[in-house]
Amino acid sequence: MTTTTPTPQAVVNTPIRGRRSPLASVALHVTLIVASVIAVFPVLWVLLTSLKPAKYAITTDFFKETTLENYTNLLKDTPFLTWFGNSLLVAGLTTVIGVFISATTGYAVSRFRFPGKRGLMWTLLITQMFPVAVLIVPIYNIMASMGLLNQPVGLVITYLTIAVPFCAWMMKGFFDTIPREIDESGYVDGLTPFGTFWRLILPLAKPGIAVTAFYSFITAWGEVAYASAFMVGDENLTLAGGLQKFVNQYGAQWGPMAAASVLIAIPAALVFLFAQRHLVTGMSAGAVKG
Amino acid sequence: MAVDTPSQSVVKAAGDSVARGRSRGTGKRRSVRKRSLATHWYAWAMIAPVTIVIAVIIGYPLVRGIYLSLTDANERNVARSIGVNEIPATYEFVGLDNYADALTGGQFLSTLGWTLLWTVSCVSVTFALGLTLANVLNRKIAGRSFYRLLLILPWAVPGFVSVFAWRFLYNQDNGLLNKILAGGGIDAVPWLNDPTWAKFSVILVNVWLGVPFMMVALLGGLQSIPGELYEAAEMDGANAWQRFRHITMPGLSSVSTTVVLLSTIWTFNMFPVIFLLTRGGPGEATQILVTQAYKFSFEVSPRDFAQSSTWGVLILVLLMLFAAVYRRVLRKQGEVW
Repeated sequence: MTTTTPTPQAVVNTPIRGRRSPLASVALHVTLIVASVIAVFPVLWVLLTSLKPAKYAITTDFFKETTLENYTNLLKDTPFLTWFGNSLLVAGLTTVIGVFISATTGYAVSRFRFPGKRGLMWTLLITQMFPVAVLIVPIYNIMASMGLLNQPVGLVITYLTIAVPFCAWMMKGFFDTIPREIDESGYVDGLTPFGTFWRLILPLAKPGIAVTAFYSFITAWGEVAYASAFMVGDENLTLAGGLQKFVNQYGAQWGPMAAASVLIAIPAALVFLFAQRHLVTGMSAGAVKG
Repeated sequence: MAVDTPSQSVVKAAGDSVARGRSRGTGKRRSVRKRSLATHWYAWAMIAPVTIVIAVIIGYPLVRGIYLSLTDANERNVARSIGVNEIPATYEFVGLDNYADALTGGQFLSTLGWTLLWTVSCVSVTFALGLTLANVLNRKIAGRSFYRLLLILPWAVPGFVSVFAWRFLYNQDNGLLNKILAGGGIDAVPWLNDPTWAKFSVILVNVWLGVPFMMVALLGGLQSIPGELYEAAEMDGANAWQRFRHITMPGLSSVSTTVVLLSTIWTFNMFPVIFLLTRGGPGEATQILVTQAYKFSFEVSPRDFAQSSTWGVLILVLLMLFAAVYRRVLRKQGEVW
């Protein structure tokens, strides 16, 4: 800490930088580098393993006879593509239906005061803390009696129990960020609340809706408990269930599993990195103002 | 936009006529009350889909789950069909017996103890690391967005994939971690095969998974604190710690309360990490309430639906109590939430 006054410019933009010693800079970089390595390494290691031939899968050499045979085997000899399709179908349907159902609710909760609003807000909040454990048995029994076990439809309905409250909550947060004056101008022009929602607010909320959709997609994509319990038989599994097969059934097949992991992670990660900046805004906005 | 214009104006006109038609019909005297009724009608119509869906796919199963927890239902006595024979349900109502058993038996309480330890350690370590990294990233530093991208990666990869990656690293005989230790002349660590080590390992993985969310959320909070506050504090001679304590901490309080609440609930219910990493083992050492409840209904024979539901209801009650107490404490401290 020196006592020299930093230039005003430096203070406004970077309160601390003006006085940081080179040593502190090095310390910051070292912290970030160590943290980044820890964050990236497990993922990177899987990527490297997926490129090794089976006989070297469990060695610690970084590169040894780089090959794509894990990928070709995975696609040829396992039902990976079927699982991928199942996951895509289930997660996609969940997202579309979830967003479609919950959009108007997010808007109503964000804009109107009405009897029952408090109750609804609490319901939305509490349903998000529902443990899998409290719903899984009754839903399992209901699905069994309706013959929906092992069907993608059953899993979609089940995932909606997670997606609908979450989407409504997130979208409330995004609608809150749109100024009310826009609604008022809609009313002045003679639009009904539905008209205002549909013509004015919805187009403005597109980024928020996209983020909500992405996130519910990723949640459904990565869900494990319901998928493991409800889906049996190789051809019906989603990816979360399918990946377990590599470890449990045939012993540990690290090579194909690593290849599968990479193929599952890449689309999800791309979508995620694109959407994440807006994600936290929506989540905390919805929660804080709730 | 231009293409849309005709249809837009048509619908708008239609909307106009609807609005006009209604206002003409209501008359002026009770127009205020009518208008509020109309507003409520709109609001109710808008929330109808979610309300119905929640009632049908969450409300009904929940009620059924609570009912099951008051019976002795298991795989052998629920309604089922074997071949063409429909066997009706024969389970019976047993009142609160299941709850009495759970709360007086040792298993629930010991699992609860570990679940609490797991939740508290995960959330506090995650929060501390997230806060540290957010503070570092909030400074002007070369390559900041690149670091941010790398640090977010654990959040971007689907959880079950990362858990398998860790399982691979933890592998006792061939895992990388033990090979590195062996390189340093240290004996292999039974990461997932020794009760204590397994507890440590699952917490480590969950922290690794949870830090990016904390970091991003807190970074957002940090960036919303006006720079002038720090400037003023520096003018007044506040040192770095004082600035952190009296500007950063209060400025972060609303974000922190939210993320701590969310991450407590998520961690308490964190099924995939435990299930995929250890299946609750070795023995039942890493079994948290959710995975144990799952085990009752899907992994033991005969499947014990009643006990599983009982645990599920207890988990829900605990979480709701926690949220209520948390809110009350915050309110006493004058927080807005």
